[in-house]
Amino acid sequence: MAEFGDDLRSGVRHGAVATVRGLALPVLALALGLPLFLAWVLSSVLVVAGIGLVLLPLTIVATRNLATLHRRFATEWSGVAIAVPYRPAPAYSRFGPRRAWQRVRWMLRDPATWRDLLWLLAEVPVGLVLGLFPGAAIATGIEGIVVPQLLWTLGVLPNGFGFGTIWPIRTHTDVWLAVGEGVLLVLVGLLVAPWMLRVHALFARLLLAPTRKAELVLRVSHLTRTRTETVDAQAAELRRIERDLHDGAQARLVALSMSIGLAEDLITRDPEGARALLVEARRSSGEALSELRDLVAGIHPPVLAERGLDGAVRALAMALPIPVETDVDLPGRPQAPVESALYFAAAEALTNVAKHSGASAARVRLEYTGTHLRLAVQDTGRGGASLDAGTGLRGVARRLSALDGTLALSSPPDGPTVVLMEIPCVLSSPKTSRSSETA
Amino acid sequence: MRVVLAEDLALLRDGLIRLLSAYDFDVVEAVDNAPSLLRALTTHRPDVAVIDVRLPPTFTDEGLRAAIQARAEVPGLPVLVLSQHVEQLYARELLSDRAGGVGYLLKDRVSHVGQFVDSVRRVAAGGTAMDPEVVSRLLARRTADEPLGRLTPREREVLGLMAEGRSNAAIAGRLFVTEKAVGKHINNIFGKLGLPPSEDDNRRVLAVLAYLNG
Repeated sequence: MAEFGDDLRSGVRHGAVATVRGLALPVLALALGLPLFLAWVLSSVLVVAGIGLVLLPLTIVATRNLATLHRRFATEWSGVAIAVPYRPAPAYSRFGPRRAWQRVRWMLRDPATWRDLLWLLAEVPVGLVLGLFPGAAIATGIEGIVVPQLLWTLGVLPNGFGFGTIWPIRTHTDVWLAVGEGVLLVLVGLLVAPWMLRVHALFARLLLAPTRKAELVLRVSHLTRTRTETVDAQAAELRRIERDLHDGAQARLVALSMSIGLAEDLITRDPEGARALLVEARRSSGEALSELRDLVAGIHPPVLAERGLDGAVRALAMALPIPVETDVDLPGRPQAPVESALYFAAAEALTNVAKHSGASAARVRLEYTGTHLRLAVQDTGRGGASLDAGTGLRGVARRLSALDGTLALSSPPDGPTVVLMEIPCVLSSPKTSRSSETA
Repeated sequence: MRVVLAEDLALLRDGLIRLLSAYDFDVVEAVDNAPSLLRALTTHRPDVAVIDVRLPPTFTDEGLRAAIQARAEVPGLPVLVLSQHVEQLYARELLSDRAGGVGYLLKDRVSHVGQFVDSVRRVAAGGTAMDPEVVSRLLARRTADEPLGRLTPREREVLGLMAEGRSNAAIAGRLFVTEKAVGKHINNIFGKLGLPPSEDDNRRVLAVLAYLNG
């Protein structure tokens, strides 16, 4: 019985919230939707007069904002996710009027703009009806409960007054029947309110979600961008390796062979001098080796090749000057590019922890969700980190996005900072490797 | 002193054989892959083994794995592992059987012939020889964890040099203090790490292991 009471209470609360939310729809439709539609008509007509060129983009942007607000409502209120379908803005020219024209053209060429317009036209009546219905039902229901009863009590019930199916009300029984109908109406209103919101969300998805074609266009532009970035990054990486080898190990080997050659010459005439040169040669070789080691670690860390992501992440954690708890749950090995990207992402995040966070401890969690490889790095530091603070996380995000991966950063002031990275992937060679420890 | 050597690059293998032979080591077998290494270690039972981490067939870390496996079969078998890079993770795995007789050095260290040969002898005698690179990274660590957090900076320094495998006299020379002072530091370290009195060598290994785990 108590359970039923709880169910009823939560159902009523749910319905009431949905009803109030629903009331926002007609308000938005009348206060913004209708004027925006008129602005469309007006600016289209005035394009000829030139004013439209200014008014039109404003109208389109306002429509997009309203549409995106409704996309958010659909997600948050009814769990109907609607992606934003607009094409990315092109590179504009600097010249003012030309720029404005390019902007208008970009927006007018996007089919999503026209679908928005269609939605706007339909949203005014649809929002009005779906949004008002539950509220109206409840209001009428309350009227049925209160008004006949009140008028009867006061004895001023006008002749021919009625409510619902009871028309007119003659006896006191009729009054109670009206109250019953009123209660029924209130219940119906509360019951249908969430469904009305859902129907409204589905209607919004019909026109506001990207079409299959728009999705592909967005995908192509994403791939084009990440491909360009990847190609650029790789070229820069190769240049860096070439420069490091040229100025580092290569130069040192030249110096080394020179020292050895000189020592060879000196060995009979000046054994002490030859010895000094050989010492010098050994130092050169040591430095060359150490530079090569750093270079190799930057290209593909040996520990990653030897132990996979599991061992490599644990080795990273151990190398940090603060205790790091690692928790790895990997049922197999991901593809090499995924491993490498996540390794360098982890290295960057952990370096940030050591350098900037001031944290006394950190946690690394690596797991496979079934579709994604997920890496979370959390610290107990001061927080306030941002992607734009030159922490290198921007570069990590770029590298991950080339593999359709994502990076999310949460770092409120006073911490804790959490960096969450995900890459979609499949694992090969299933083996169970689960390890958890503090390094 | 009988040595088993595992190194897949012929050039380096020959160089190491020449080097060790010049210092009166008897290289009983030199192998170039992990399965032969395991067999050589268990049949020859050498006084010390010098092993490259990366070996055929998969060129990952089978040298290390073979060393650990051989030590499981022949407890305390002294192994000196060489690698192009050092990882604290590997050092800990090598030491985790607490039996001592473990070395883990960068390949570069071979060029300091005298020091390298000392390291081989020290490992053969049951001591440790951790690469200064591993140790320096450990020294950079600020740890709040008990019991390592209770060590003074000087004691941590002494512990680092112990991990490299240096004798009390060598540590004293390095830190410009008397050998007696070093002995006192070391006793403090053993005390703070809660290592019961036992054979000194073993306590040193345990202290180093605590250090790597900290």
